[in-house]
Amino acid sequence: MRSSNEARVKVSEPRDIHKIAQRARAMVVQTAALSGGGHIGGPLSAADILAVLYFHVMNVRPSEPTWEQRDRFVLSKGHSSLALYAILSLRGYFEPSEMSTFGAVDSRLQGHPDMTKLPGIDMSTGSLGLGFTAAVGMALGAQRRGSRERIYVMLGDGECQEGAVWEGAHIAQRYKLDNLCAVLDCNGLQQYGWPGASGSREAPWAGRMLEGVFEAFGWATKVVDGHDVEALEEAFAWAETTKGRPAVVIAKTVKGKGVKFMEGDFTWHSRVPTEGELAAALSELEGEAGGSEGA
Amino acid sequence: MGELRPGAALREAFWDELTQRMPDHPNVVVVDGDLANSTRAELVAERIPGRFLEMGIAEQNMLGAAAGLATMGWAPYVSSLACFAVNRALDSIRVLIAQPGLDVKIIGGYTGILLGTAGKTHQDVTDIAVMRAMPGMTVVSPADEHEARATVRALLKRRGPAYVRLTKSPSPQLFDEKYELELGRVVVLRQGADVTVFSTGVQSTRAFEAAVLLAGRGMSVHLVHVPTIKPLDADGVVEAAKLTGLAVTTEDHSVLGGLGGAIAEVLSSRFPVRLERLGISDRFGECGSDASLAEKFGLSPGVIAEAVERVVSGNPRRTRRSRPVGDPGR
Repeated sequence: MRSSNEARVKVSEPRDIHKIAQRARAMVVQTAALSGGGHIGGPLSAADILAVLYFHVMNVRPSEPTWEQRDRFVLSKGHSSLALYAILSLRGYFEPSEMSTFGAVDSRLQGHPDMTKLPGIDMSTGSLGLGFTAAVGMALGAQRRGSRERIYVMLGDGECQEGAVWEGAHIAQRYKLDNLCAVLDCNGLQQYGWPGASGSREAPWAGRMLEGVFEAFGWATKVVDGHDVEALEEAFAWAETTKGRPAVVIAKTVKGKGVKFMEGDFTWHSRVPTEGELAAALSELEGEAGGSEGA
Repeated sequence: MGELRPGAALREAFWDELTQRMPDHPNVVVVDGDLANSTRAELVAERIPGRFLEMGIAEQNMLGAAAGLATMGWAPYVSSLACFAVNRALDSIRVLIAQPGLDVKIIGGYTGILLGTAGKTHQDVTDIAVMRAMPGMTVVSPADEHEARATVRALLKRRGPAYVRLTKSPSPQLFDEKYELELGRVVVLRQGADVTVFSTGVQSTRAFEAAVLLAGRGMSVHLVHVPTIKPLDADGVVEAAKLTGLAVTTEDHSVLGGLGGAIAEVLSSRFPVRLERLGISDRFGECGSDASLAEKFGLSPGVIAEAVERVVSGNPRRTRRSRPVGDPGR
């Protein structure tokens, strides 16, 4: 069976994983403010999912990031890199202080993940839909060599408007890639989208359409609350037991989650917080994360 | 040297050679986009089915999945028509293959415009220009069946992304079984003193025939075949241009950004000489027999010979078939 000495830290208490996610959120907001760029809304919606994956689900060795038998993770929604970097640093891949280099010249922390710069990044991404196709290839590659690594890939619901996603979804089903688990960060907003009623925006997909399309493509689907750590843990366990077809965890999330004035507001997709906004966001997040000792 | 001997199509030779080498290269896997019976990658499907992955009619995913396979220790050879492998899937190549520098070989079948009834959609006149501009991409354009086989052998020893141009129709032999390709080096096909002609791919066979025609008319052509458009053998190009002080390029590709562009970039900085670029003059292709298309689009030995004569006489004039390119309105 799968070795799990250093590999799975198994933070057993969901409460602890929630704190890690809150700490990551604070790092996201702080880094965006400091660097004057990057994205916020998507990283905040993705933080709990990433924390669950890296602290509970995935078989990885932060001290040996190229370990061949590690589980792989592809952030297909590459613009949410800040959340991934925060989680990777909290997991021990690099010092959290390096977050301050984000987006600067010569930094390993590129705006969109670069596997040639930062150990721990399993695939370079940033052009939507494409990371997912690479994950399909990784799963196929693992299947063909008969090895047991699992491949995790995170997509946004807006990202699923890209046709490449459906090219990959078809092939994943055809090759019965049950070592592939996609997780959709369904925060219900995209960068700009379509105007909805009374100042709101329409969701990238209407109703249950997205779930229905994955089902039609032959995937096993499960809808969960993407901010409920226990529900996410159960969903990933379910995906691991799914045989003969790929699985997708459809995580319902809130864009900007954790900072009240950012939640559900599409303009926080990639806005830079002012000093006042930063302070307000940090007090809200760090209160819950238990300050800097939260991780 | 006179007439070239008839030969096999490059697509047949390339995939046949790869199937012969694959037993010694257990990581090689061939990825197809539902065109294996056109490209002849089906030779792999027939002989080594366990290492043939059909990806259907979905090129973005095909190239992206190839990148994923490469990260898992496989060495994918992706096969499609050049038009679909390059421009249909370009962002996958850029972001997932070229930027990470992954070991994916992209094998473009049916390059150039000599594609019979397929016509404009399937004729990609930009593939060299596009792939040559891609940082880190090796671009190889073999001339005949022997060089196509040698390309397989050379690429199996070279890690990193590469693009190979293959062609559909049987074409003459320039080389023999003993030929080995040295990536990044030009190959002098004929020594001459009056003009240096650079060509690439199967167009080198037509350039060779043009040189023979011109020899019959008393003109000596220094003919240089450029199998590796990137990395380009800049020293070899400069040395060949110095021999005659006059250069012509000919290619089955747009005159913008292809071999002609690459040679112009080198010569303009290192040894500026008069350079005439022959090829597809900033337009798209159409249907037709190979012979009629070669004639109409300025690729045939006769048309090349005429153009070279005009350049040598120092008086390039516009003709109906091949006007001076890249030099509008003067």
